[in-house]
Amino acid sequence: MSVATEVAARDDGTDAQVEILRPRTSTNEKVLRIVIPVVVVLAVIALWQAIVYFNHIPKYILPGPADVALSLSTDWPILLPALWVTLTITFSALIVALIGGVVLAVVLVQSRWIELAVYPLTVILQVTPIVAIAPLLLIYTPNTQIALLICAFLVAFFPILSNMVAGLKSVDHNLLNLFDLYGASRWQQLIYLKLPAAQPYFMTGLKIGGGLSLIAAVVAEFAAGSSGAGSGLAFRLLEAQYRLNIPRLFAALLLLSLTGVAIFGITSLISWLALRRWHESAVRREN
Amino acid sequence: MNHVTKVFSNGTLALSDMSLTVGEGEFISLLGPSGCGKSTALRIIAGLGEPSSGTIDWPSSKIDARGLPEGDIGFVFQEPTLMPWQTVFGNVYLPLRLQGVSKSAARPRVMAALTEVGLADFETAFPRELSGGMKMRVSIARALVTSPKLLLMDEPFAALDEITRQKLNDDVLRLWKTTGVTVIFVTHSVFESVYLSNRIVVMRARPGQVFTDMPIHTSSERDELYRASEEYRAACFEVSRALQDAIHVGGGAH
Repeated sequence: MSVATEVAARDDGTDAQVEILRPRTSTNEKVLRIVIPVVVVLAVIALWQAIVYFNHIPKYILPGPADVALSLSTDWPILLPALWVTLTITFSALIVALIGGVVLAVVLVQSRWIELAVYPLTVILQVTPIVAIAPLLLIYTPNTQIALLICAFLVAFFPILSNMVAGLKSVDHNLLNLFDLYGASRWQQLIYLKLPAAQPYFMTGLKIGGGLSLIAAVVAEFAAGSSGAGSGLAFRLLEAQYRLNIPRLFAALLLLSLTGVAIFGITSLISWLALRRWHESAVRREN
Repeated sequence: MNHVTKVFSNGTLALSDMSLTVGEGEFISLLGPSGCGKSTALRIIAGLGEPSSGTIDWPSSKIDARGLPEGDIGFVFQEPTLMPWQTVFGNVYLPLRLQGVSKSAARPRVMAALTEVGLADFETAFPRELSGGMKMRVSIARALVTSPKLLLMDEPFAALDEITRQKLNDDVLRLWKTTGVTVIFVTHSVFESVYLSNRIVVMRARPGQVFTDMPIHTSSERDELYRASEEYRAACFEVSRALQDAIHVGGGAH
């Protein structure tokens, strides 16, 4: 096998036999997988800079990437605390939504009656626009932070709940029979069968909920209008707009995008780590 | 395992007044047309469904709250029914785990069961990495790991190719001889039932009932030679005819 691989590497053989023995992902392909996206992003940035430069667009209308980078470094003392606030709200909301979603899903599937009673409430909470709830929450909560947290939680909670309910219900009936046969308790059935079987669904909920909790944290801050030391990136973004400090607005926007990308990356990684050995979604097709 | 009597009928009349006594160490095949309630009967024996009327009597005195002899039944489903997130070891360990046996205490028993089915080298593999036949072997190992007195098999090899099926038939025969377990084997294959069992219960459909109960005697070992013997052919012919009669009676009643 190693000999054949070497041959393939040396003259890129067209021999079908050699082709089969080659590792599926060649080094070239691995490099290209990283190089191509990076090149595309760099090209877009270069194009942006070029448009701004050659058209003499003033930076209060459209700053170039260089201006944004400069703003990012000079305004860092303002942006970093704001980023921290947004991250705290996003991740606290996500964690509470994960715990709440999983626990409520487990309770819901215990009995059809509980599900019938509780599920409509969660749907109503989900479909009501978060921007409309935010002002109300401001009245009832002691401070803005908690109102923002609740908003982000409400948005992230539902996809996690509904995915978990679907996952807990989608257990192979024969496996349930098997557990009955060996006299498994409800608790054993939950721990050894239902929760592991729901893993792929949980991971879908995590990925959706992670992205949504950031969006909700930003939208809620727009609606709630926080200010001062405890304000997040959304407030800094609005503030920069009022002051026509467009480079800083872009810098805040950039941080939000990067946060979103990071959340997506982390949740995807968690999902892959959990499912890679057994679930079809995380395994490469072998033909 | 004496006097397993079952008298039973339900709304759709899947089984009607069916009685069957299984002796210890027997290898019984339940054979019949589809819809004759053979799987239903097996599930009721396993306690996976309540009979509408009638009872299942066990000789054993140590019967648990569900009216079943504890840990004494192994069940092999039509599909391998493995947990895809568990390794082969984890899947075979399951029945012991549910009984509260620790992993270290269970290890020798799990490995012994895996060795029995020839999969000792695959303990860390995941089900999706195995072929259909190997998955079925894992399923059999799981059923054997509790050292059951009674092994129930519900058309376990129906979805497998003929070559794999023959191999697994031989394995099941070998396991039956070495462990002395009582086997009730549901199948719709005449050849499989004659090859494996020392007693064939032919069932009729609508309502599901025992049609005939015929012993299969062999003078030789059950192996490739037996498969080619006149004795085997004669038994197959006889069982086939009984099955035809059962289908005819069922169809006439419909």
